[in-house]
Amino acid sequence: MAGKNVLEIGTATPFKKGYKMDKKTIFFGEVKRFFKFILQEMKPRGKWLTPFNIISLPIMFIGFILLILRFVKGLGYATNLSQEFPWGFWIGFDVITGVAFAGGAYVITFVVYVMKVEKYHPIVKVTVLNGLLAYMFYAGALVLDLGKPWNIFNPIIGNSFGYNSVLFLVAWHFLLYMATEFLEFSPTIAQWLGWEKLQKILKSLTVGAVIFGITLSILHQSGLGALFLMAKSKIHPLWYSEFIPVFFFVSSIFAGLSMVIFEGTISHRVFKDKIDSKHHAAFDEIIFGLAKGAAITMFVYYFFKALVFIHGGQWSYLTDSWGIWYLFEVIGLVLIPCFMFAYGAKNRNLGIIRTAAILTMIGIILNRLNISIITFNWNIPAVYYPSWIEIVITLMIIFTEIWVFRWVVSRMPVFED
Amino acid sequence: MDRRNFLKVTGGIAASLAATGLQAKEKQNDEEFVGVLTDTTRCIGCRACEKACGEAHDLLVPDVENDNALDNLRTPSEKQWTVVNRYETDVGEVFVKQQCMHCWQPACTAACLTNAMLKTKEGPVIWREGKCIGCRYCMASCPFNIPKYEYGSWNPKVQKCNMCYDRLQQGKKPACVEACPTGALMFGSKRELMEIARVRIYNHPEKYVHKIYGEHEVGGTGWLYLSGVPFEQIGFRTDLGTTPYPEYTKEFLYAVPLIFFGAPALLTGLHFLTKKDESSEE
Repeated sequence: MAGKNVLEIGTATPFKKGYKMDKKTIFFGEVKRFFKFILQEMKPRGKWLTPFNIISLPIMFIGFILLILRFVKGLGYATNLSQEFPWGFWIGFDVITGVAFAGGAYVITFVVYVMKVEKYHPIVKVTVLNGLLAYMFYAGALVLDLGKPWNIFNPIIGNSFGYNSVLFLVAWHFLLYMATEFLEFSPTIAQWLGWEKLQKILKSLTVGAVIFGITLSILHQSGLGALFLMAKSKIHPLWYSEFIPVFFFVSSIFAGLSMVIFEGTISHRVFKDKIDSKHHAAFDEIIFGLAKGAAITMFVYYFFKALVFIHGGQWSYLTDSWGIWYLFEVIGLVLIPCFMFAYGAKNRNLGIIRTAAILTMIGIILNRLNISIITFNWNIPAVYYPSWIEIVITLMIIFTEIWVFRWVVSRMPVFED
Repeated sequence: MDRRNFLKVTGGIAASLAATGLQAKEKQNDEEFVGVLTDTTRCIGCRACEKACGEAHDLLVPDVENDNALDNLRTPSEKQWTVVNRYETDVGEVFVKQQCMHCWQPACTAACLTNAMLKTKEGPVIWREGKCIGCRYCMASCPFNIPKYEYGSWNPKVQKCNMCYDRLQQGKKPACVEACPTGALMFGSKRELMEIARVRIYNHPEKYVHKIYGEHEVGGTGWLYLSGVPFEQIGFRTDLGTTPYPEYTKEFLYAVPLIFFGAPALLTGLHFLTKKDESSEE
């Protein structure tokens, strides 16, 4: 790695007190080296014509053009949103589902930095990176959906604080959480740049950032659910509950764990050469542990869901197709994968665990879409389905995120200790 | 109290409030919320209110004579803040004017993260363009589906009835009320309107259902309705409950400080409890 060597020379000559001229030259030399290094790192590596690139590049290109058109012509041009469905795929899938999947970061950082379970240390950096990128791209997708995004500074700089709004809380927590996740990941960036001193300082801030980040996560994961509390008259009673915030928080734990299993499995194939053998061997053990955690949180979730169902006396709702749809989600995509996780962890069967992770993820997608879109307005004839433009822009966001992820892990020491 | 006199008083109050501005918040607010009473038994479906509204707010002015709009059930739209619908009922045709209900504790204002949606202390719920970020949480929250959005615009507005807030500040009545030829619409303070509504029911118990829509719905609304037929038959949702909508998120918001301070305390405690002895404090 030529780029790294260039920088290491820079850090080997620390600033000395008293030498004003030297300081200046060193400083400018350092800046020059920094930009040279960044430029070098910007260059693509590896093969260009991979299947992923061939599929993703045209979609990202078209998506980008559509995004410009969306801002020129308005939301009506790009989306199927209507007066009855003010929130569609971008909110229901990109933001609300995407953030649930990003829950792995706060769970793993809790286990590693607060509970000090060293076993999970090898995956903490990549999970935090995933969380950070997920928030930047998926929570960031909220901006695309805003009619007047230039007014977004109103709730931030304080000339208009809507304290009573759940969305105010969620928006602020998104911002703060992005900052804390960046702080959690920053030592890796400093290491990549060869700034050892800074890396040390940043590392010492990690535990504080983690604790603040977990707090923010509890609040905004549940806050995303609380957004729908005032849609009481619109959401089907099987999905509406005053406990939506609790459901959203608890399910974000196993949504995050499933995502870590899923993403880890893929990463370990795609970035095989970047991961050392010791880490490879430990990864199976990590997956078994994550599966156990997922099984238990899912059972708690299911139990609470059943409790709310029975306590609410909702048996009569089960007779129509909404009822079957509900059972499909709660039994088919929560209880069954829950048992699969438990079985797979006990019998050390990776295949079952991976299948369970995928089922759980589908269940989370369905749950979030059921509340935000599918059963929303169940009692009126209007229906919503995403337009092709909404889907292409969503794919663009996902692909761009994967590109950035790939860029980072192939340059920064994400998989190393 | 005679009606004309009372209107003068409320008009005067509205004007003086406009002069004192919004700083008066700290003082005890003994002003009453204003509202409008719609007596559907008096409405003849002339849609003069629709026309007046369009003219007053630079919106669509419908061609009332020729557009046959009553043939379909409509809702207020981004082009029309109010519409009149015709319902076939047990007692024949009934016309119902629809617009923002101006809830006492609105869901939309509790949803709004920039206070763009504002419950003014005079009563009308208004939308302020300069503050809105266009998140449409107000639309998702409104139990009456009133705020409408200009999806076709690069710089979209939220459109909904503001009870002619500007006109009220000039001491005038809402445009629709002024245009109504039959007295189906009446403007006043809610207390006063409730009294009038009760008197009408009391004097003509056979003519009205014994319910004033908006008295308790979602915690009470500024716009009130009288009807000769059960409200479900003329397009009203009677299953919305009497809880003010902001109450639904209140419990969650109360839990926020608990978690915001409780969780870091617990987590920091756990961090030190699990800290190994050899790694002394840095």
